Amino acid sequence: MSKKVSVYRKEHFNAAHRLYNPSWDAQKNDAVFGKCNNPSYHGHNYEMDVKVTGVPDPDTGFVIDLKLLSDIIKEHVIEKFDHKNLNLDLKEFSNLNPTTENIVIVIFDILRGKIDKDLDLQVRLYETPRNFAEYPSE
Amino acid sequence: MVYLTRIEHFNAAHKLYNPDWDKEKNEVVFGKCANENWHGHNYELYVTIKGEVVEDTGFLFDIKILSLLIKQFVLDKLDHKNLNVDVDFLRGKMCSSENIVKAIWHQLKPHLPPPVQLHSIKLYETPRIYVEYFGE
Repeated sequence: MSKKVSVYRKEHFNAAHRLYNPSWDAQKNDAVFGKCNNPSYHGHNYEMDVKVTGVPDPDTGFVIDLKLLSDIIKEHVIEKFDHKNLNLDLKEFSNLNPTTENIVIVIFDILRGKIDKDLDLQVRLYETPRNFAEYPSE
Repeated sequence: MVYLTRIEHFNAAHKLYNPDWDKEKNEVVFGKCANENWHGHNYELYVTIKGEVVEDTGFLFDIKILSLLIKQFVLDKLDHKNLNVDVDFLRGKMCSSENIVKAIWHQLKPHLPPPVQLHSIKLYETPRIYVEYFGE
């Protein structure tokens, strides 16, 4: 049996955003995105769970040093997202609607490049305590 | 005397920015919160009323009516809004949690029928930061 273990780091940031599709008119955006389409933006406290899976290193007992994982998330994700307007301040969303689904993919792609390829990675992002998305989905 | 609390939530964008100061001073005082493009929060709102239990109903106050009052006078004005731009009762105010909680108190208090009294408003800006106002 595999001795793989998953370890998790929780982090949080807050940000403003709006949901709209620039190729649609205001009426269609309102119909599809409702209150989330407010042109003067709204915002959230985002909470994220970063899950790293692998076999614990025999020398350290660690899958990954959680302090190192925390530093990677802070440097490459939190610094970039916290207290920002996702639509205006992040180039990743200049042509991408900042839904929870799209944000979690962007965060995963950033972290995937910074974490050992032998370790599996999954990110869960809470937009509110009741709405969240996970990527990859399996 | 019984205390009854209704918990509600809304989310909104805001920034902390004093228009009488230049950008540099705003950034020194308010840091990241001064981002001119706004940021935002999931706010959690606790409304506590107090009074005596009415014998015929067993209620202090019909919690459904309290919920509707909060929705009409607070949530419909704040949810999915930009607090600095969109909200009539915050116009001209700094949108700190301290000022928001006081403004919510003044929005709700006139609509509670005596002898029901508003006891406190508690507002969480994040799960780790909250303010309380008792009308004093």
